[in-house]
Amino acid sequence: MCTVCGCGAGETKIEGHEHAHVHADGTVHSHPHGHGDDHHHEHGIGGDLDFGAGPARAHVPGMSQSRMVQIEQDILSKNNAYAAANRKWFDERGIFALNLVSSPGSGKTTLLCRTIELLKDKVGIVVVEGDQQTANDAERIRATGVPALQINTGKGCHLDGHMVGHAIERLQPADESLFLIENVGNLVCPAAFDLGEHHKVAILSVTEGEDKPLKYPDMFRAADVMLLNKCDLLPYLEFDADLAEANARRVNPDLTVLRVSATTGEGMAAWTDWIESGLEAQRGKHGATVDALKARIADLERQLAAR
Amino acid sequence: MHEMSLAEGVLQLVEDTARREGARRVKLVVLEIGRLSSVEPEALKFCFEAVTHGSIAAGAALDIVDVPGAGWCLPCAATVPLQEIYGACPNCGSHQVQPTAGTEMRVREIEID
Repeated sequence: MCTVCGCGAGETKIEGHEHAHVHADGTVHSHPHGHGDDHHHEHGIGGDLDFGAGPARAHVPGMSQSRMVQIEQDILSKNNAYAAANRKWFDERGIFALNLVSSPGSGKTTLLCRTIELLKDKVGIVVVEGDQQTANDAERIRATGVPALQINTGKGCHLDGHMVGHAIERLQPADESLFLIENVGNLVCPAAFDLGEHHKVAILSVTEGEDKPLKYPDMFRAADVMLLNKCDLLPYLEFDADLAEANARRVNPDLTVLRVSATTGEGMAAWTDWIESGLEAQRGKHGATVDALKARIADLERQLAAR
Repeated sequence: MHEMSLAEGVLQLVEDTARREGARRVKLVVLEIGRLSSVEPEALKFCFEAVTHGSIAAGAALDIVDVPGAGWCLPCAATVPLQEIYGACPNCGSHQVQPTAGTEMRVREIEID
């Protein structure tokens, strides 16, 4: 169990890969929360210290062996390092990676299946499916004919950069392909965890509330694209699509919003066009990487020849 | 409950530093948590106690420094206080406010023996 996915140590299962992945320091202790014995440290913190004014700033060296050590690091730095490594790996190979996030039931898997049907003849696709339990979603994706890997997070509420790193190893996506990640259905936690994707894509369905972007702003702020799904149902609902869009833009003025129906295929062309332009940009990066590598090889050969 | 993951992240940074400094134990951990970040301080405190049991930071006090939110309001061309990540500018009511402070989640320092 890696430390970034601390929730539910030992619970994460990568499909077909049931190794006991227990880091020595990654164990979550589930002791009962007994206040009685938790606060027996001798630190004279009780009455002296108000939040924001730690006692250590008044520490006199030599008076005690205690000392302050500056850390100044982001709590998520470990996850961010895994994510950055994933992103570099994708960029070097011209792979375009998307992280799909939404509430449970917004139609992410159906949307993915439809997207795959539309694109699989043009580009290589692999899918990572995140759920607490079952491999049902990965099986649905595999039925479309593309490779899929299920990650079960157990008690965890989100995928993290480390899990996706393992998924990359397992799936070995081809150069210049599309890497799709369906995150755990949850509008809160996945917002904070970078996986190394190029864009988060939030999916909101018209059977939810128009105010969801206001209720869960972190996710809609973290996303670059919002797909308003199940638009074929609009005639039967009181859902105000314009209001939903306005709410989403209030949280994130730069958000690209596309109205789609994964069931009827309405609006899907705009979505696949958007993906194809992303793939094109990644192909450009791949070309640049290959050129740089060729230049490096030529340079090394020149050095060898000169010896 | 991603606070549990965050508490694990804090413990990791604390343990790495404590080991490097040859500490016997950790007495105090100081975090900076912005008001616009995705962290609930009370939940984080609860999780911190749970994850530090049996570690070098067992029993350490946790000091969470609250960092107020601020943003740059485009229409006002000024820095304004911000209560919520999608909040309106208190001066002009616009939502075109880019958060500039209060989104941090950092381990600032620790006190060790």
